[in-house]
Amino acid sequence: MLKRIASYLKGYERYVIGSPILVIVETVCQMIIPLLMARIINEGILKENMAPIWQAGALMVVVALAATITGGLAAKCATNAAQGLGANLRRAEFERVASFSFADIDKFSSSSLITRMTNDVTNIQNTSMICLRILIRAVTMLIASVVLTLSINPRLALVVLVILPIMAVALLILMKICFPLFEKMQKALDHLNEQVQENLIAVRVVKSYVREDREREKFIDANDGFTAAGLRAVLRMVAIQPVMMICMSAATVLVLYFGGQMVLGLEMDLGYLQTVLDYIMQILMSIMMVGMAILQLTRSQASLRRVFEVIDTQPSVTDGDERSLPAPQGRVEFKDVSFRYQTGGAGEDVLKNISLTVEPGQFVAIVGGTGTGKSSLVNLIPRFYDVHKGQVLVDGLDVRDYPLDALRGRIGMVLQNNVLFSGTIRENLLWGNENATEEELIQAAKDAQAYDFIMSFPEGFDTYLEQGGVNVSGGQKQRLCITRAMVRKPAVLILDDSTSAVDSATEGKIRESFRENLKGTTVIIIAQRISSVQYADKIVVLDEGTVADVGTHDELMESSKIYREIYDSQQEGGDGNG
Amino acid sequence: MAEHKGPHGPGGPHGGPRGGYGKPKDLRRTMLRTVKYIANRPVLLIAALVSVVASALLGVAATYLQKPIIDGITSAWAAGQAQWPELAACCLRLMAAYVLASVCSYVQSNLMAQLAQKGCNRMRKELFDKLQELPLSYFDAHTHGELMSRFTNDADNVQMALEQSVVQLISSAVTFVGVVAMMITLSPLLFLASVVMLGAVMAVFTVFGKRSRRYFSKQQAALGAVNGNIQEMIEGMKVVKAFNHEEQAKARFQALNEEYRSAASQAGFYSSAIMPVASNLTYIGYAVTAVLGAALAMSAGVNVGFTLGSLVTYLKYNQQVTQPINQISMQMNSLLSAMAGAERIFAVMDTDPEVDRGQVTLVPVEKDANGSLSKFSGQGRPKSWAWKVPRNCGLILAPVLVGADEAIAELGQADEENGALKLLPPGVESKTGLWVRIGPDGALTPVTAGEMASHRWAWKYPGPDGAMGYHLIRGAVRNVPGEEFCYTELRGAVRLSHVDFSYVEGKPVLKDMSVYADPGQKIAFVGSTGAGKTTVTNLINRFYEIQGGLITCDGIDVRDIEKDSLRLSQGAVLQDTHLFTGTVMDNIRYGRLDATDEECVSAAKTANADGFIRRLPEGYQTMLTGDGANLSQGQRQLLSIARAAVKDPPIMVLDEATSSIDTRTERHIQQGMDALMEGRTVFVIAHRLSTVRNADCIVVIEHGEIMEKGSHAQLMEEQGRYYQLYTGQFELD
Repeated sequence: MLKRIASYLKGYERYVIGSPILVIVETVCQMIIPLLMARIINEGILKENMAPIWQAGALMVVVALAATITGGLAAKCATNAAQGLGANLRRAEFERVASFSFADIDKFSSSSLITRMTNDVTNIQNTSMICLRILIRAVTMLIASVVLTLSINPRLALVVLVILPIMAVALLILMKICFPLFEKMQKALDHLNEQVQENLIAVRVVKSYVREDREREKFIDANDGFTAAGLRAVLRMVAIQPVMMICMSAATVLVLYFGGQMVLGLEMDLGYLQTVLDYIMQILMSIMMVGMAILQLTRSQASLRRVFEVIDTQPSVTDGDERSLPAPQGRVEFKDVSFRYQTGGAGEDVLKNISLTVEPGQFVAIVGGTGTGKSSLVNLIPRFYDVHKGQVLVDGLDVRDYPLDALRGRIGMVLQNNVLFSGTIRENLLWGNENATEEELIQAAKDAQAYDFIMSFPEGFDTYLEQGGVNVSGGQKQRLCITRAMVRKPAVLILDDSTSAVDSATEGKIRESFRENLKGTTVIIIAQRISSVQYADKIVVLDEGTVADVGTHDELMESSKIYREIYDSQQEGGDGNG
Repeated sequence: MAEHKGPHGPGGPHGGPRGGYGKPKDLRRTMLRTVKYIANRPVLLIAALVSVVASALLGVAATYLQKPIIDGITSAWAAGQAQWPELAACCLRLMAAYVLASVCSYVQSNLMAQLAQKGCNRMRKELFDKLQELPLSYFDAHTHGELMSRFTNDADNVQMALEQSVVQLISSAVTFVGVVAMMITLSPLLFLASVVMLGAVMAVFTVFGKRSRRYFSKQQAALGAVNGNIQEMIEGMKVVKAFNHEEQAKARFQALNEEYRSAASQAGFYSSAIMPVASNLTYIGYAVTAVLGAALAMSAGVNVGFTLGSLVTYLKYNQQVTQPINQISMQMNSLLSAMAGAERIFAVMDTDPEVDRGQVTLVPVEKDANGSLSKFSGQGRPKSWAWKVPRNCGLILAPVLVGADEAIAELGQADEENGALKLLPPGVESKTGLWVRIGPDGALTPVTAGEMASHRWAWKYPGPDGAMGYHLIRGAVRNVPGEEFCYTELRGAVRLSHVDFSYVEGKPVLKDMSVYADPGQKIAFVGSTGAGKTTVTNLINRFYEIQGGLITCDGIDVRDIEKDSLRLSQGAVLQDTHLFTGTVMDNIRYGRLDATDEECVSAAKTANADGFIRRLPEGYQTMLTGDGANLSQGQRQLLSIARAAVKDPPIMVLDEATSSIDTRTERHIQQGMDALMEGRTVFVIAHRLSTVRNADCIVVIEHGEIMEKGSHAQLMEEQGRYYQLYTGQFELD
């Protein structure tokens, strides 16, 4: 694991190596000070000799200065190393996610990926700081104190042996009893937050059903549960503290008592009494620090595991290796395709034995109820997912044989969940094709019926879109997404229910401009409205993952029961709105 | 976007970043008010405070108790004694001080934990109670995240501050004063040296602290940018891939990532270097003090009292004295940010609750065959409900005659005096039993017994313009003289007359809107997004207060009806369905808590939901979590229809209930909706005109005003906007 982490410290090696060295120097400097003090007492005060006092004093200042400088530098190195590690991990994760297939993204879910790149990395960063500084410091302190105490007076070191087991038990209780209680408290807090969140989201339902009192009862339960769990944890924790304090005090008193007797028995110089006292305190402190650091380490292991899980995931869709690609024409073929989202044993086929051919330049529509597999079908064309069985061919070549960007370069896709990115409209449109000219942008915008509203903004194409495109309406967003796909001038244009928020009249105009300006382009659309699909060259009716019927509007009205049902359900009064 | 999202769009006045850890505006007031939450058990609080002070003082004293031990050993050693008999006693004394300090510290922590936890429990409860009372406009103006953080960050910070910061501050202050006092006692001269050292440490704190804060805000901004980019890109990763945009995305991310790393490294340096630098600097002070002290201890002649024990003790204090300063500056920060949080919590608590001056309540009644109302027997489920109106609440129940065109004329009893008719005040019986019709000009005309037999009742009260208005009652009336209340049957007649409304002052949403719905009628609203359709339905149940005009329910001004009662008389199926954590059965029963299982199942059948529920893994006992995330949109909608069905109210609002469902599925749901609408007054806002066709009245709204209204046939004949919409000549947007 450590080796693994070390590989993400690239570029920051000198900080990683520098930090512990500096911490060790700093700690050793600090450990020297009690020794110098002993010298002041033994050689100076007790012998009434000022010279060693001056010497030791000057040395102390030098050592303290050295500690100050190394301490500051250590902080700098540790910070740089930790931040560097965090940056490298984030980058590794981001780049890995960028190579994920849709199935991989689905497997993790977006929100989990975000947590793994933010909170989890921060966690690891903090832990690495603790390791580099506190853990190393504590271990150095422990070793140095033990060595020094033993060299000064091994018998006094026995005090540690008396105190340590008691402290260890207290620490153990803390870890075994209190920490699980704190986890329970956290759960109770989550529950409390859920109650509040649910109440806030559903405020209209609560008010219209006059359920405020019931909500209050539920909240009081959660609130009292949280307080009870909190008290259980905190009161145990609080009870451990005096035990620790008394252990430390007892060590002091014991050292003073036995040490005092040794001084009187001339077994030890008086000046060392304080020194040993200091070292023994440091032994106990450093053991506590090591305990805490290890605890923190084990806790952040989960974060580490979650981050590496992302980095270690092999993208399930990778480039094909065919290099002699057919000329882009826009032919799409499904040959006996079956598809399921979960590979492996579980999961049902979302698409079953689909065979379908779309000729270059055809306008093909796919209709069917929700959950019949329409989106899944078109997602197979740019190889967002891989088929489970059968073959998808674009221009005669299996999509799995294409390099991914060559394949996706032929396809313009407007997804169901339209996403625009923060940036200007122009920047967003250029996603389609970085080298598009101004004229091409304008033409695409006109074709997608987006030009007029873009120009109605004071800054036209340079209008800034907020994250998620929240400052344009749903219909405008969809038209921008269509424009973006058209800027690409793809051989195959796929629109996945992407005009649902555009009114029928505007949609009609978009359809019209497709017919006129995209003569050579294959267009595949998924739509709810019959009015959107009735002029298609071919309409495919999907039902429960199979092709139920294929034909033109008139043919399907004759032959397809499902198509007629959809048609009828939209007839009385047509659509008011989209 | 649905209208109920409120007046502020994203990025509006409340869309920006929330003031996170600012300083409280009025520290003293907030502090006092916060302390009240732990001051309800004053004995415990005082005990805790006494323990804090005692524990701090004992800590200072314990260090001092080491002095006689060192001095005793030194003098015994100097005298060449192999034993110092008082050693054990001195050590025991020292131990006793330590133990006592620990005990005090335990008592204090224990008490404060209890007080703080219970106090914050109370604070959260009061906050939640308040949230239940706040009007919807408050929730429009404040995001969920913002209100959530009152419970999470703010309440947590207050709890931590009460549990630790307050005590730590007191303890540190006492320790600091105690240590300084002891240092001065031990040696004023050495103390001067220490002051110089303290000054240097303080300077480090200030300089590094300032730098750290400056870089920290830079770091936060960079962090915000990185996290924002992560969120945006991960959520949009599918689009990134569709456009082969991975490389650009990586480059942009890496730039932000690097910017954050460098900002965080700088900020991190100052915050993490502050401790080692400051504490190592104290060692320089330690060295200076040690040398000076050693000289002092040796020149015993000049300074008789300063022994080796004094020096050792002094050096210990010298190391201790920076700790309380550090503690105070740390705890002060967390206390201030906690108080800023407390202030935000109090701001919520101090918000005015929903206005409710209504005195009219909804009660179950029995209605016999003659249509007269009597008290509900309390057996089984009531079939009829009535508005219970106190006689002194400003509403006057007046007998009226209804003429042609629904013209209303009030009736009164009169006596003949000197050949003229004299109107008697209401409630006073005429000697002759004479009833008269009161003309608009006050003229009295006697009415015949035949006319009297067909008299009706109306509510009489002044409208918003001050003029007296009559509102005909359509159901049964119980008006027994001498009874404190009168009762009128709940029928579900809803009238909006000349209603003006705006969410934000100066931006009218509805203008002079008048819509009448008789019991059992279906009223449909059609119009563009933002035209004000949802707003209308939000006014009927008084989610918002109107600025002008009048809304009545069964003739009663809705503002005179107690809110809970008004809302119990209405049901709603909204576009956004919200389900609660619990079983399917629990969620249906949410509509009416005393509904039996059978009633819930039959409501589910009405809503056409029974079929899919039975196919769920555990049928009606299936647990729903996360707002019903394990159900499809259509299934959630069916459940919310079932929930409304079990409530069984006379008035029902259906707001775009099927807009996100495909047309074939909608048909399935439509059957449930049709069953739900039967026999009720229904307000329906529909996405598809097919669903509104059979409404009794279709109201076309644009820009908050009624463009046209009438039945489907009428509107088609008029060939106006509705006709254009229906025939597809005009589109809404």
